[in-house]
Amino acid sequence: MALITERLVVLNLDSADRHAATRILAEALAGEGRVTDLEGFLADVRKREEQMPTGLPGGIGIPHARSAHVTEPSLVFGRSQEGIDWGAEDGPATLIFLIAAPEGGGDDHLKILAALARRLMRTEFRQSLMNAPDATSVVDVVTREVVNP
Amino acid sequence: MKFVAVTSCPTGIAHTYMAAEGLEQAAKAAGHTIEVETQGSAGFDKLSPETIAAADAVIFAVGVPVRERARFAGKPTIDSDVKKAISDGPGLIAQAVAAAEQEAANPTLAGAGSPVPTAGGLSTKVDQQASRGAKIRQWLMTGVSYMIPFVAAGGILIALGFMLAQVAWGETGAVLVTKVPLDHLITDFSILSTKDWAALLFQVGVASFGFLVPILAGFIAFAIADRPGLAPGIVGGALAVVVGAGFLGGIAAGFVGGFIALWISGWKVPKGVRGVMPVVVIPLLSVFVTGITMIVILGPPLKALSDGLASWLNSLSGANLVLLGVILGLMMAFDMGGPVNKVAYTFATTGLVAATVATGGTSLKVMAAVMAAGMTPPLGLALATTIRRRLFSEAERENGQAAWLLGASFITEGAIPFAAADPLRVIPACMLGSGVTGGLVMLFGSTLRAPHGGIWVTPLIGSPLLYILAIVIGTVITAAAVIALKAAGPGPVKTELDAGGLAEVVV
Repeated sequence: MALITERLVVLNLDSADRHAATRILAEALAGEGRVTDLEGFLADVRKREEQMPTGLPGGIGIPHARSAHVTEPSLVFGRSQEGIDWGAEDGPATLIFLIAAPEGGGDDHLKILAALARRLMRTEFRQSLMNAPDATSVVDVVTREVVNP
Repeated sequence: MKFVAVTSCPTGIAHTYMAAEGLEQAAKAAGHTIEVETQGSAGFDKLSPETIAAADAVIFAVGVPVRERARFAGKPTIDSDVKKAISDGPGLIAQAVAAAEQEAANPTLAGAGSPVPTAGGLSTKVDQQASRGAKIRQWLMTGVSYMIPFVAAGGILIALGFMLAQVAWGETGAVLVTKVPLDHLITDFSILSTKDWAALLFQVGVASFGFLVPILAGFIAFAIADRPGLAPGIVGGALAVVVGAGFLGGIAAGFVGGFIALWISGWKVPKGVRGVMPVVVIPLLSVFVTGITMIVILGPPLKALSDGLASWLNSLSGANLVLLGVILGLMMAFDMGGPVNKVAYTFATTGLVAATVATGGTSLKVMAAVMAAGMTPPLGLALATTIRRRLFSEAERENGQAAWLLGASFITEGAIPFAAADPLRVIPACMLGSGVTGGLVMLFGSTLRAPHGGIWVTPLIGSPLLYILAIVIGTVITAAAVIALKAAGPGPVKTELDAGGLAEVVV
């Protein structure tokens, strides 16, 4: 199954804080059956977030977890107009990537997440996601850059 | 300039790769080359030793400890948080350039000399992103997987020695073969003498068994601390044998040696000292501290325990024989060659010596119970691996094959790989089976006139059929208990003996 689908894109993500925003994104995963236990998955993400916040310079937030409640590697993309504080020093995050990986290591599927993480460091990639007019474009960008580069 | 880097993070799916990308972009922009080893969840491809040797400096941008850090010893090193590589790759590259230039202007000892040898092909397959419980099992399994060849080789050689001795000497062969001195084999070995061949097989097997606990301890420590763990672990394991602490003492030695080596490896030391850390300071201190721990701290309570158990057993001599059999059985299976096992075994063999002088049939029964109880742990585990394969790792299943022969030959050590990998479930199961068998042998009144030999001394066993029945019952109970306990908990930890991939842990 695909890393991301149109149902896993939230273009108007507006939340008071990163935990509420993460919940909205995770609900999309649960709705698609990619997360079997929403609360359990959120707890895993939160545990990771508490080790050190995943906000990064340039308005990026990458909440993520390897969790037993995840059935397959997935990406949920969220975009926020106002920005949400994600713990980065240079300000709030406008592009949020919720990355969900199944528990267990060494899986080839995890390589796709590695490729995704590398793309996040590319300015052009971020810019195309920032400018994407709709969910279909977001899926296209990710598929073109990460899944079939 | 040429750089190498290692990136890692607690989850191993995002920051590791972003940091690698950040460093690669920054190096390229500044006109340098860099190769990054991403120690994440998608496995990691090791940088080649040549690449590391050619590098001018090393950047560690990590959230969890660098795996096999010793490979980079002696290189100018930048230690950084993984996030720094994501937010400020150019800054880290600039630091690496400065460190490399300083090194070129004023070489340290190791930087100028030959590259530090690395552990090469040895692998631990410990997944740094795994949970704590899973990591402990991976440490144990690493030790066990390196120990298994010694168990298999030694155990089978000893068993073959017993078999051949049976042919060479007749019914007391398995006893006499152990009495042939090594000196005789060196000076007077005759290729036509079956007795000499039997003694040779036995001696080589015993030599192989001598490495069992040191290798177990050494590679547990290796899994914990990487290369620096090997020396303290192996020495600690050897001392565990000396102080009679058995394989449980070896596991303790592995953890002690591993964590001491890991701790010392992490010291921030002045640049001038850094070069001699891996060759002198870490081995010297870690071996010494582990040695002190094993002899001074672990030694006295072990001795007190052995003495206490021995006098307690002697005080039981007049008690109910079946109860005594159960107790001896439990002791035999508790630590398989450790202090408790040894007390029970010594209690039986000293009784045997006395029995040859006096008339006491009781001592012969005690010996019979002790041997039977020492046979059921490997037999039970062999049975368990045969009927429920998927509860065991590939390495354990292989070991299960050899365990049949080892158990039949009263080589209790055949069960150690299972017990060391999963002590909390395997040991109780073995004790249950051995306790029952010990009690049953007493109840049936079987006797034994040899201190060892397993089925190879059947001619010296009184009422052998009932004796074998007792062993079969204990074997089935052990297997059933192991299966029940294993099925209730987490699955097997795969090791490098399994096909490819990182250690996969089912939690």
